[in-house]
Amino acid sequence: MLRESPPVIAKHATLGRAKPGFRGRIQAIDAKGNQSGLTADELERRLIELGFVEGASVEILHEGLIAHDPIAVRVDCATVALRRREAMAILVV
Amino acid sequence: MNAVTNLGILRCALVGTPNSGKTSLFNALTGSRQKVANYPGVTVERKTGVLHAPSGLCFSMVDLPGTYSLRARSPDEEITRDAVLGKLASETPPDFLVCVADATNLRLAFRLVLELRQVGRPMLLVLNMMDIAKRRGIEIDTEKLAAELGFPVVTAVAVRKGGVAALIAAMDDFALTRVGSGGVCSWVPPSVATLRAGQHEADRIIRAAVKLPAKPDSLTTKLDSVLLHPVGGVICLFVILFVMFQAVFTWAQPLMEMISGGFDGLGSFVRAGLPAGLLQSFITDGVIGGVGSVLVFLPQILILFLFILLLEDLGYMARAAFLMDRIMGGAGLHGRAFIPLLSSFACAIPGIMSTRVIDNRKDRLTTILVAPLMTCSARIPVYTLIIAAFIPNKNVGGIFSLQGLVMFGLYAAGILSALGVSFAAKQLFWHREMSPPFMLELPDYKIPDPKSVGIGLMTRAQAFLKRAGTTIFAMTVLIWFLASFPQAPAGASGPAIDYSLAAMIGKAIHPLLAPIGFNWQISVALIPGMAAREVAVAALGTVYSISGGDVESAVGSLLAHQWSLATALAFLAWYVFAPQCASTLVVIRRETGSSKWMWITFGYMLAMAYVAAFITYHIAVALGAG
Repeated sequence: MLRESPPVIAKHATLGRAKPGFRGRIQAIDAKGNQSGLTADELERRLIELGFVEGASVEILHEGLIAHDPIAVRVDCATVALRRREAMAILVV
Repeated sequence: MNAVTNLGILRCALVGTPNSGKTSLFNALTGSRQKVANYPGVTVERKTGVLHAPSGLCFSMVDLPGTYSLRARSPDEEITRDAVLGKLASETPPDFLVCVADATNLRLAFRLVLELRQVGRPMLLVLNMMDIAKRRGIEIDTEKLAAELGFPVVTAVAVRKGGVAALIAAMDDFALTRVGSGGVCSWVPPSVATLRAGQHEADRIIRAAVKLPAKPDSLTTKLDSVLLHPVGGVICLFVILFVMFQAVFTWAQPLMEMISGGFDGLGSFVRAGLPAGLLQSFITDGVIGGVGSVLVFLPQILILFLFILLLEDLGYMARAAFLMDRIMGGAGLHGRAFIPLLSSFACAIPGIMSTRVIDNRKDRLTTILVAPLMTCSARIPVYTLIIAAFIPNKNVGGIFSLQGLVMFGLYAAGILSALGVSFAAKQLFWHREMSPPFMLELPDYKIPDPKSVGIGLMTRAQAFLKRAGTTIFAMTVLIWFLASFPQAPAGASGPAIDYSLAAMIGKAIHPLLAPIGFNWQISVALIPGMAAREVAVAALGTVYSISGGDVESAVGSLLAHQWSLATALAFLAWYVFAPQCASTLVVIRRETGSSKWMWITFGYMLAMAYVAAFITYHIAVALGAG
């Protein structure tokens, strides 16, 4: 469902819409208006605590069966599982 | 004069991120000289142990719950934060910290290390799993690292014999030189900017002191391509679960026969040695019969825990949560609830206690609410007994045994009702809430450490034996007493139990349970069954053996003569749902901090049990099984 949205220009690409096999670098974390039920500030802190900071390399390794969710992401040298909803806050190039 | 002679024993706290191998390191340092208790007021496990270093120094070690940050979002993490800061009222502040990092996964660990540095306590860093790091071509310049961080850095291989020698030497050295050298605590809960700066600084230190290979762990990559495959992964998960339950039932069989044989032998030995009368009846029926019928399930419980511990050590549990997140999400459960619910197949108590990994309170409450519906091992004795007595041992379709299918059906009923209840709870209690995030590190696969698994199993076995020796023993004695007194008057015609207290209580509550097909003997057995489900088996045995049946014959064949099939099926249906476990209810009250959730659990389970047994009984009677 998420994947059917119109293609976004590279500058605003978000990890939440990327397909398995996507490789890129984190450009920014923007958790404003996120759908996770957390404040933008709190979601941003949690993402950073799992290593999602600007400049880190990311690669989508796997995705779940239902609605391609959640995703398993390689962040530099660790692997983290998260839902696409939260991954929307991770902007990548 | 040095600090040590003044202090005698040095207090040392182990801190680290989840999956850093902290617990195997703790096991390697303290061996079996460890104690597991709870922190006062909370159910966070407090693991302590003593290390006698070859130098003669003595360290009192405490293994703090793993965390990524001192921000503390769960009760476990609060303990870690308060212990590190020295704010825990029940605990003397640690003299120094040993921070554990997985040498193959340094980023998150280093950010935590930088945060810990602000606490101002003397600290040393251990790079654990150095063997794996070397094999993968990770090169760490520990001297440079120590210079960057400003405190000693040592390497260790917790799972190898002698793999912690360097750490112990460093701790000795540290104790003699650094203890008491702490600075001022400047830690405040980090803001987004501080966290970000911390991670950037950690990344800078890694670039300066660590050489990383280009490729991630190839074994993990290969395994994950199968085990995290959208379809294949789910199939693998179910195959693993299937093998696990097969093992619980088949591997345990010979051991269980040995144990029950042993108790039978002991019973006849005592019966032969003692004059017939009250004392003989007390020892053979009450003590040996009662405790034996429960102890026989130790092998099954241990096999189940063996699987859970192995899968956890292997790193598979996080994958299972990943695979199940969306599937369970449909029922309003969090992916992380998978591990607690899986543990609940062994026993709801550790299951409910492990819900502490779920940081959102609502998700945690939902999981706690449904955990007792998972078929715990204490139900196995009840199920096995009734199935063996009433369900014919024949094949269905050539491959499945009918008995096995009924057992499977009972497990399925538990799982499906748990999903249904959690869905209903979500709608009822917090339908407007957005479901909180699911974020979880997927650690690299590791070969489980036999020592850690062994210690884990031993702790479980001890807990079970303690329960069997105390609660269950007390209950079987009580039941024997209720069933034996007052004694039948001289020249009475009916069986002795008809005159006992048990019969009076059973008959008093029997009218309530008659509509679901229970006789008064079942009504009696349900009362001690509140202490622990499996006690009901012992209680039925006691009630029936005292009521004039042949003591030697199995309870099962006795029941087959005394109960109708409809009653037996209703009894099974009752046991799928009934809140027949006082300890679980107590743990729920403790974990949720209020009796409200305890009563909600008790009430809904009782209602479901009654309704399910009622429907089962009446359908069975209508079909001619009455």
